[in-house]
Amino acid sequence: MTLTATHELAIDIGGMPILVRTDSAEFAALLEDRYGSFIHAPSSDRIFSLDIDLIPPRTILEDEDVSVRLEFGRWIMTRGDFRAEFDPRTGHGWVRQSPNPYSIDGVLRILHSLFLAREGGFLVHAASAVRNGRAFLFAGVSGAGKTTLSRLAPPDAEVLTDEISYVRPSQTSYEAFGTPFAGELARIGANLRAPLAALYLLVQGPENRIEPVDPTEAARAVLRNILFFAHDEELVGLVFQSVLDFVARVPVQRLIFTPDARVWELIV
Amino acid sequence: MTTYVARSKQVAARMLGGEMMIMSPRDTTLFNLNDVGSVIWESADGKTPLDDIVARLCAEFDVAPEVARQDAETFIHELTEHGIMRVSDQPITAESARQEPT
Repeated sequence: MTLTATHELAIDIGGMPILVRTDSAEFAALLEDRYGSFIHAPSSDRIFSLDIDLIPPRTILEDEDVSVRLEFGRWIMTRGDFRAEFDPRTGHGWVRQSPNPYSIDGVLRILHSLFLAREGGFLVHAASAVRNGRAFLFAGVSGAGKTTLSRLAPPDAEVLTDEISYVRPSQTSYEAFGTPFAGELARIGANLRAPLAALYLLVQGPENRIEPVDPTEAARAVLRNILFFAHDEELVGLVFQSVLDFVARVPVQRLIFTPDARVWELIV
Repeated sequence: MTTYVARSKQVAARMLGGEMMIMSPRDTTLFNLNDVGSVIWESADGKTPLDDIVARLCAEFDVAPEVARQDAETFIHELTEHGIMRVSDQPITAESARQEPT
């Protein structure tokens, strides 16, 4: 009989730790390297857990899109490179994947989008940063300038992410949390949280300026950038309501910028 | 034949900046309703016949009945396509809405 040690790591994003268990020391080390400051020692107050079932790498079909659906009370999550299940009643699930950091990353994004939907929060395609104790979001599709703006951040700004921002309601308004979900910057965000001051819709242009955006356009723009994967009408409706609550409380403006550091003079 | 229309219970709808914004949870299509659309939306309770809704549009917006009916039918058809509204030749009750296949 061979005894295998189980390695446990709590990946704490947005104040919602997920305990990940694996029999592979190599995969545990890979996770520690990937998630850095987002890894915490397992604690007794953990809520969610995932067992990793590692399988040999196989050919991935590129057209295998992500699918998230609820079956008999359990979330079934599939993509070309993983299959996972999660039972929200027990807070436990599993992931079957090859030893790579991208599959578990996909599962974590999906799970957090599901958790946030019931909390009035969301994941959004946006860079974010903290400056003077306040968080700013910069939303836009690929190519809008999220990574560019993150690279241009001055020393007194902490980048929370250059790709996927984490937003949760707080007692007074909303907070942004750092995430390890990196884009082209290829660097995990600062593990910080801060009250949200504004969301800017990124547009590259000939000069740096901020323009007002009417509430309807703000809601449409934020909704376009939301990350939500589940085919679930109730949760989709909740996300819609959350975004409309958000735009009613957080200033949403258009940030037209040229790709140089002076744009940060507007972000205070 | 009398026609009845009803808002789907599954639809997320909210007033925002003076406009009604609604989304189909089925395909996440967003709609902003203009004044005419808002009146139809508010009137689509499953009990009010379409003829009465058209009469209300004529009274509120000073349009000819045939124009109001055409606008209403176009609007209702589009929202029905997205699962946002239902149309029936019988009054639509909460019970009948539950029995309707999705």
